[in-house]
Amino acid sequence: MIQPLPSDLITVNVDGKDIAVPKGTNMIEAARLASVEVPHYCYHPKLTISGNCRMCLVEMGLPAVDPATKAPLMDPATGKQKINWMPRPTIACATNASPGLHIRTNTAAVQDCRNSVTEFLLINHPLDCPICDQAGECKLQEHSTAYGRGYSRFVEQKNVKPKRTQLGPRVTLDDERCILCSRCVRFSKEVAQDDVLGFIDRGSYSTLTCYPGKQLANNYSLNTVDLCPVGALTSTDFRFKMRVWFLKQTPSIDCESSVGANTEVWSREGVIYRITPRQNDAVNDTWMADSGRVLYKAVQAADRLSRASLNGVPTTQEKALQAAVDLLSGRGGRVAAGSVNGVAVVGSGSSTVEEQFLTRKIADKLKAPVALVSRVDTGDKILVSADRNPNTRGALVTGLICALPEQKLSALSAAIEAGQVQVILSIGEDLIAAGLTAAQLAKVAVIYLGTHQNATSTVAQVVIPTLTVFEKAGTLVNQQFRLQKFVRAVPGLGGVSDDLVSLSHLLNALGGSTLGSTLGALWPVIAAEVKVLAHTTYDTLPSTGLLLDSATWAGLPFIEGETLHFKPVTAVGVKS
Amino acid sequence: MAYVVERKPLTLAERLYLPQIFAGLRITLKHLFAPNVTLQYPEERPAIPPGYRGVPTLVRDPHGREKCVSCQLCEFVCPPKAIRITPGAVPADQPDRLHIEKAPQAFDIDMLRCIYCGLCQEVCPEEAIFLQNQYSLSGYTRAELVNDKARLYELGGTLPDQHYKWDKKKGAAEHGNTH
Repeated sequence: MIQPLPSDLITVNVDGKDIAVPKGTNMIEAARLASVEVPHYCYHPKLTISGNCRMCLVEMGLPAVDPATKAPLMDPATGKQKINWMPRPTIACATNASPGLHIRTNTAAVQDCRNSVTEFLLINHPLDCPICDQAGECKLQEHSTAYGRGYSRFVEQKNVKPKRTQLGPRVTLDDERCILCSRCVRFSKEVAQDDVLGFIDRGSYSTLTCYPGKQLANNYSLNTVDLCPVGALTSTDFRFKMRVWFLKQTPSIDCESSVGANTEVWSREGVIYRITPRQNDAVNDTWMADSGRVLYKAVQAADRLSRASLNGVPTTQEKALQAAVDLLSGRGGRVAAGSVNGVAVVGSGSSTVEEQFLTRKIADKLKAPVALVSRVDTGDKILVSADRNPNTRGALVTGLICALPEQKLSALSAAIEAGQVQVILSIGEDLIAAGLTAAQLAKVAVIYLGTHQNATSTVAQVVIPTLTVFEKAGTLVNQQFRLQKFVRAVPGLGGVSDDLVSLSHLLNALGGSTLGSTLGALWPVIAAEVKVLAHTTYDTLPSTGLLLDSATWAGLPFIEGETLHFKPVTAVGVKS
Repeated sequence: MAYVVERKPLTLAERLYLPQIFAGLRITLKHLFAPNVTLQYPEERPAIPPGYRGVPTLVRDPHGREKCVSCQLCEFVCPPKAIRITPGAVPADQPDRLHIEKAPQAFDIDMLRCIYCGLCQEVCPEEAIFLQNQYSLSGYTRAELVNDKARLYELGGTLPDQHYKWDKKKGAAEHGNTH
């Protein structure tokens, strides 16, 4: 049965093909829905329309009506309504689709427009492609291949403009390459709310610049680099590091806060070169914060834990795990054998859902109390939230914790002072930073699973190195209770086992169960035990994430303020 | 299954054996008086024809500046993946390298992998890499046969071309419509 069109859909005709598009769609998006590409530079779906590049010129026609009676004028030859084609081309970005709109993108006139615009853009464009970081992902390069003439008729001298202007601490501007599309200007004003960029001078002297005395220094400045359709704005960090066609893209998640911005990790031969945002219209649109783009540097940091150690002496992973099992089960002499009290588990809001699930299993097995450390900082109302743990809600979902964590481990501190705790299993948490004193840690045995050295790892009896988020796969639950997955981008550090392997080894050695250590083996168990994750599997999780039922935790006083696409719950059951 | 092959009976000339002897002697005598074609390698070296594809090298422009801008196209096109480049930025404060922004930090060609196909030379947008006349290559270790940047420039030398790209850039900046 043919469904009638919903009222907000209108029919437009793109290159002779009728297609239904939502009302208010502009012609570029309408053509995209009809699988027709309209080349453009200045238009960006998440920014306002400026219509200054003129690359998206198309022919537009409207159904003819009698001016007096408004009755449709029919073409007797075809029996259809006549189409009045506009005598001049229109820009597709700034023209919204109206009912019966006809678009022609493949005529000689449109082709001529694109060729001419390309030729004009290339007049003053330097022949920088061999050294330009944008080469390979450059819109001008792509459209020049499609619409350029292949040689230049311009015999005059090209414009010379500054080649390496530092617009800010992270962005370098090459003025010669700029095609004045103003995407960066609009982004800074509309999304980053930091209106520092603008054009000065006129004609071919037009130059992108910062407002005098200001810098493009906000935490979203590198989005202008992603936006730039040419190589004018380049990331100072990534500048001249690697050509993009060598880099492999891996979908990942920004772990700096509970926003969970979707990212793309670009790596070559096990080395990460940059992180860029990945579009997810429900979370981060096409943006991410600059602070999340440098997190990859942790992978090759000098203070990375690369070997297991026992009382500060390097040992093998197996011996360290065995020592940890001995300590936890009471055979290590710290806890009386058979005693169920004396062990405390400090989980992490940075662990993945799978790791938190295994941590809960270990804690359940030992009947140990679980504490989490919350990291709170101010949110910026855009894409960095106040909760700097990326997976606090994952701990709630997996049942690792029932209430929101505190910033200091005061209960654990009191328990140590009272002599109730002899062994602490810390999953990546620096206990000293979390409020315990060195004197308190000296009273207990610490088993530390973590990626980097810190005050806790130096005093821990057993240190088991783990992997960073770029070296493992898993899922995280962001502030919207959206379960999002990330994939391993680079191989783990040599000799370091996956976190899941270490945790499931601990759990199985403690006699808990025979849980597997892979995502494929764990997810059926998680889906069976955790109610809101029922019927979920890692493999079938959509790339845009899965919104979980958060009703159970609606009453908890979450600390996040408003961010892009997220409004904090004001009352139970009210959520946007 | 075994079967019998019928042999042709020999003709009289073949049975005499002498025509073959004399034919052989004729060839021997011809070479005895023909000009010598043996090359006393390595004391003597062959003349290299133009267009010969020897060891790939990096060349400098007539001012002695490096032409390579580390665009890594040769690394990309190299079929056996013999080329490995670490790109780097040229600091802005070098007066003799004004207008040059990018140059290789390291440039290694593994000659154990190189197949002398010449694609790197063909793809180079800066005409900085050339397969020149060097064909004899040996070493005691594998590491010796990886030509690094210094070695590549030593092998390549200077190319007397007339492009002067950086001079043109400099001229445009000095006399052009600078902003």
